[in-house]
Order: sequence, then structure tokens, then C-alpha cells
Amino acid sequence: MSFEPKIVAFLCNWCAYAGADMAGTSRIKYPANVVPIRVMCSGRVDPEFVLDAFEKGADGVFIGGCHPGDCHYVSGNYRTRKRVIMMKKLLQEMGINPARLRLEWVSATEGKKFATVIEEFVNEIKELGPSPEGE
Amino acid sequence: MMMAEELRIGVFVCDCGTNIAGFLDVPEVCEYAKTLPDVVYVKENMYTCSNAGIQEIMDAIPKYRLNRVVVASCTPRTHEPLFRKACEDAGLNKFLFEFVNIRDQCSWVHQKEREKATEKAKDLVRMGVARARLLEPLEEIEIPVEKSSLIIGGGVAGMTAALSLAEQGFEVHLVERECTLGGLLNGINELYPSDRDAGALLDEMREKIEGEKRVHVYLESEVDHVDGYIGNFSVKLKGKSRDELKVGTIIVATGAQPYEPMYMYNYDEYENVITQYELERMLKEKKTGNWQKIVFIQCVGGRGERVRYCSRICCMNSIKNARLLRKLLPDAEIYIIHRGMQTYGTVYEEYVRKAREEGVRFVRVKDGIPTASSLEKRNGKLAVGFYHPGLRRKLEIDADLVVLATPLIQREDAKRISQLLKVPLGQDGFFFEAHVKLRPVDFATDGIFMAGSCRAPADINECMMQAMAAASRAAIPMAKGYVKTEPYTPTIDEERCMGCGVCVEVCPYGAMHLVEKNGRRVAENIPAACKGCGACGSSCVHRAISMGHFRDEQIMAQIDEVVT
Ligand SMILES: Cc1cc2nc3c(=O)[nH]c(=O)nc-3n(C[C@H](O)[C@H](O)[C@H](O)COP(=O)(O)OP(=O)(O)OC[C@H]3O[C@@H](n4cnc5c(N)ncnc54)[C@H](O)[C@@H]3O)c2cc1C
Ligand code: SF4
Ligand code: SF4
Ligand code: FES
Repeated sequence: MSFEPKIVAFLCNWCAYAGADMAGTSRIKYPANVVPIRVMCSGRVDPEFVLDAFEKGADGVFIGGCHPGDCHYVSGNYRTRKRVIMMKKLLQEMGINPARLRLEWVSATEGKKFATVIEEFVNEIKELGPSPEGE
Repeated sequence: MMMAEELRIGVFVCDCGTNIAGFLDVPEVCEYAKTLPDVVYVKENMYTCSNAGIQEIMDAIPKYRLNRVVVASCTPRTHEPLFRKACEDAGLNKFLFEFVNIRDQCSWVHQKEREKATEKAKDLVRMGVARARLLEPLEEIEIPVEKSSLIIGGGVAGMTAALSLAEQGFEVHLVERECTLGGLLNGINELYPSDRDAGALLDEMREKIEGEKRVHVYLESEVDHVDGYIGNFSVKLKGKSRDELKVGTIIVATGAQPYEPMYMYNYDEYENVITQYELERMLKEKKTGNWQKIVFIQCVGGRGERVRYCSRICCMNSIKNARLLRKLLPDAEIYIIHRGMQTYGTVYEEYVRKAREEGVRFVRVKDGIPTASSLEKRNGKLAVGFYHPGLRRKLEIDADLVVLATPLIQREDAKRISQLLKVPLGQDGFFFEAHVKLRPVDFATDGIFMAGSCRAPADINECMMQAMAAASRAAIPMAKGYVKTEPYTPTIDEERCMGCGVCVEVCPYGAMHLVEKNGRRVAENIPAACKGCGACGSSCVHRAISMGHFRDEQIMAQIDEVVT
């Protein structure tokens, strides 16, 4: 059987989660490999959560937030952006391909974009194969 | 120490008719839920949100002594309040409820993968149950609300909202950039569909405002700065007035402006090519000419040309002025070239019929193409060329006057207001409501509302209705005197806190500060200012912060269950 990755998606309540709902309302298909975890803001995503997800065997971690300037809490997504750069370095050091962590801006109306980036990400992770942490 | 209570979790899985049950195996998800630790009751519902479904939740809570409830159905963004209320009504603290989204983010997007969708739904239920185990009862936070309102923009919408709120007993601060109230209405002659004098209406409204002691008008002033949240906004004005105000709610009524058809139909070249707004002024000032042929061209720049939308008011407006000119110039030929007149509603169709009877000629050209294909100056006349689909050939009218109906567009500085208040503009540049049907005059941000043409082009009647609606919406928290907000606020472990102040720095709302307690500096949260974003929680490296309803343990419990 082909490799079916497990991906955790942290979605902010106001944009990315709403965008994912919009993909549903518009019946836009995307792969079923992603399980969402709703947080109020992408800025709530503690680096510990990302590490924890990889430790527990996730093959990829997706963070979805509002577009720059649109965060419901003004600046949460800027913090997330900085944090993701830092996290990617850390993952590299840990021997986890940083491409396994992905940050995207998805607005409440961008159902199509949500589906597209998820599909891309799932394909990319499939190419990378199972996460080394998973074994 | 109290003994840990025994966990008793009830799981309700919704078919949503066939929306969920049609694309994944709901009975299998239910069977699976029964195997999860601490789950004592599982029920499949046809529609969990129906009266019957809600009743089932409310009956099961006492019957099976449930102390956690999980519903797997649509999305918390629309249905969480409903299910929370069912729990509350059945005596269970509503924060012991957990939502699992197996429709919008599962059955609807994996419609051709029944097995995978079923497996994902099981994963999601397992994650939800894991989180539910760690939920804690919480109480909402009550915030007092200042009984006064700021209204930005003193057009018809702003004035109407101001009067409505003042009549209900609230103080109103009405801020207008220009030196007079009235907005667009100042430049309009007569009003459709009443054919009433616009100036008279305006005078009447201004007089009422002047007589209303609760309305404080600030002319030639703008909002410089806004801080705070529902109930407690602090506002600083700039311009003629530099007052600082405290208000509980805000209404945006900044209106719109007519699109200037630069480089279209030689508008910038020929004097006799004018916009509707310019014609209004001419009529108002009685400066009309002895025109023999007058052509109105509809949808100039609208409906797919420069903007996508229909501006709603221009069709009626052209008919109004065509009829007026008909009376003034009984011998003139008057044409309206259009791509389908938008005469919606109960009175407007009648208006068109009357215009036809009076001899106004309507020429319908094909949808999707410009209304007129050319306009040239010839022998002192304006030759308007267009393709007549009925006659199947190109026609020309040699007009003395051409009136362009251009759409209302968002005002240039709306972006500034949008940033100032942190409220969104939609695709077409207008202010964007929280929900097109459920909350049409609310912004998603609590305590901020909108009315009039800043929301989308609207005629006066519609502006007034929206203004009254916005005033009523704003009155709700002010009349109550308080609002409740969700207790997603941080709790600080004072033993762990090192007083480093990182959380104070990251908080966008100034809701964290450092205080002295038992001789140590520790962080303290101000719940009324806190929005519960969690930025502080994820930034404290000493792990001294625990976010209400989004605790680290609760989120990690979900992560734990992703991979089985
Ligand atoms: C040519 C024309 C003819 C029309 N004819 C009719 C008709 O016959 N019948 C009818 O029902 N409707 C008609 N309308 C529509 C009607 O005029 C408008 O719908 C209505 O006046 C809009 O009211 P408003 O309060 O929403 O906005 P506006 O009238 O635009 O008022 C907004 C006010 O806010 C102020 N403002 C904006 N930004 C700020 C800021 N940042 N700070 C402070 N103040 C600010 C502006 O100066 C303005 O005074 C016509 C419109 C046009 C263009
Ligand atoms: S970041 Fe943590 S340790 Fe630092 S002051 Fe805030 S709560 Fe205390
Ligand atoms: S949750 Fe957000 S708003 Fe509240 S104190 Fe923390 S950073 Fe500030
Ligand atoms: S609320 Fe979406 S990123 Fe902050």
C-alpha cells in the first residue's frame, strides 16, 4: 500500500479554520491525511506543540493563520512567522526535514486556497516519506 | 484534596441528513466512539441541531450522568453556541462541551473517499474525546459597557443612527469630516421614489439633530486613534476637535463616493459629458440648458467594467432625472441606454412604466458589452454610437448632453478606518459584515457596527433601515450595561513566573502587567482587556501561563491522539 502520511494542522479560528470550512461549503476536495486542531490564533501555537506532534509520529505539521495585517489579534501571525523560521532551524538540527513544517495564510473566504495548499503539502510529504521520528 | 470525579462522556454523532451520513459510515464512527475510554453513552442523531437532537442531549445528560459532552457534526463557528446552551440548560457547565467537525472539514471534502473519510472522522472523534477529558468548568467574564456611542460619518446613515440612539437615551458622538452634515445628500436635487426635495429632508434631519441634546456633533473632525474593546473604547479625535472620548460602541457610516469616469466616453474632454452627480447639481441650481437630445448611459464602469458589482441606485436615479428633464423640456428626446434596468422591489417597476408613458425611450443593449460603443464630437453634437440588438445594426444619436451613470465606490480613506478599527473590507472595497444573513450590520469584532453606503451602495431608504438596525444592535450591550466574553484568558502560576515580562511585551492589548506580590514581581492578567489570543501563553518559556479552555495539556492531548 502506498504511504499515507499523518498531518496535524493547527488552524486559527478566524481565518484558516474558517477557510477550511469554506472549502467544505464549496465541496472542494483535498486529501484526507490532515486532521485539524483549532486554536484561537496561529500565535497560540507553541513550539512545543510542533515538536510534540513530530515526536508522536506526525509526518508533517501545518500551521494556518490570517494574512499579514489581518490577524484577529493584530500581530499574532507575525509572531508565528518568526517562530516558524526558528522552528525550521531547530527541526533541521534534529534531523527532521524542515519542509515537514509548513505555514500558510488562508483567509475565511479562501476555501480553494486551503484545499490547494493542503494537497500540495500532502504530496510533498508523500515524496519525503515517513518522518524519521515516526519509527 | 478533592477526589477526581469519575469521567462520564457522552458522544453525539450527527448524520446531518445525508450531508455526513451520505459520505461516511456514521454507525461505524459510533461503534468506534463506544470503545474510547470514559465514553459511557453514544448516540447517532439525524440532525443534532434540530429540536429533537437538542432534546436528546438534554435528556441524556441527567439520565447517564454525563459530565462531558462531545458533538461530532458541522462546525463550531456556527453551532457551538447552540450545543453549549443545551448543556447549560441541562445543568452542565457549557465549557465541558467539545465540538468535533466531521462535516465541513471531513464528509464534504472527502466525498469520493468513504473509507478514508470514515477513518478521519474516527480520528477526529478520538481527538475530541481526549480533549474533552481534560476540559474544565469555566465562567464567562462580565465587562461593563459605557452607555455612549461613536458614529463615524454624518451622512443620512450616520444621522439616522445618531437620532435613534439618542432617542433611546444614549449619548452619541457624531464625527463628520466636512463642515456640514449630510454627505452625498448635499449634492442631490430630488429624491426617488418620492420626488421629494432632498434639501428639505436634509434640513429636517439637521434640525432634529440640533434639537437633540444627547447628540454631540464634531464637524471638520476625524478619528485619530481608537483603543480598547466593546464597552470601553477610548477615542481620540483630530482636526477641529481634539477631544478624547470614552464610548461603549462604534458605528461606521462613512458612505461612498461616485466613481469618476476618467478616460471613459471622453468625460474628461467634452463639457457636455457629465456624471449623474453633476446633473443633480445642475438641476438643483437650476442651471439646465436648452438641450434637444439627452442620452443617459447606464453602468459606466459598473457591472464588470471597472467594478464588478451593480451600484443599485443608478437606474432609478437616471429614470428620476429623465422624468424631471421631460417636464422641464417637453420637446426634448430623452434616451436611456442600458444593459437591463435593475428596477427591483415593489415601487420601482411602476416608476419605469410612468417614464415610458411620458415618452422616455429605453434602449436595451446586450448584456456583457459596454452600453455605448463610441462617443465622438461631430458638428457641435455628441454622436453616441451603439449596437441595437433588436434592429441588429449600429445606431447613432446626436446628443446635446450625455449623462453617465457611474457606480458608487468606496471612499479613498476607508482603508485607514479599516486599520484604525481593525475591521475588514471585502472584495469590492466595502466594509465586510460578520455574516451576510445572520449579522448583516455587525462587524466580526464585538461592539462595532456599520450602516449605509460604506457597506455597499444603497439608496436613502436602505441607508436609514440599516442605520436603525445598527443603532438597535449597538443598543443591546449598552442597555444591558455589560457584555460577557469567553474565559479564554490566561492564569498565571506565580511560583513559576520569573517576572521576565515577555508576556507583557507580546500582548497586543496591554492585558498583561507586572505586579509585586509577596515581594516578587509576577505577571498579572487584566481579563476585561484580554482577548484570549494565547500569544502570551505560547511565549512564556517558564511555562507559567495556562490558557483558559486552550491549555497546553488540552491541545497536547489532541496531538497525542493523531497517530494511533
Ligand atoms: C447622483 C446620486 C443620486 C442619488 N439619488 C438618490 C435618490 O434619488 N434617492 C435615494 O434614495 N438615494 C439616492 N442616492 C443615494 C444616496 O444619496 C446615498 O445612498 C446616501 O446619501 C448615502 O448616505 P450615507 O450616509 O451612507 O453616506 P454619505 O452620504 O456618503 O455620508 C457619509 C459621510 O461620512 C463622512 N465621512 C467619510 N469618511 C469619514 C471619516 N473618515 N471621518 C469623518 N467623516 C467621514 C463624509 O464626509 C460624509 O458626510 C443618490 C446618490 C447619488 C450619487
Ligand atoms: S512570560 Fe511567563 S515568566 Fe515571564 S512574566 Fe510572563 S508569566 Fe512570568
Ligand atoms: S491571551 Fe492575548 S490578549 Fe490575553 S493577555 Fe495573553 S497575549 Fe494578551
Ligand atoms: S487570528 Fe488568525 S492568525 Fe491570529
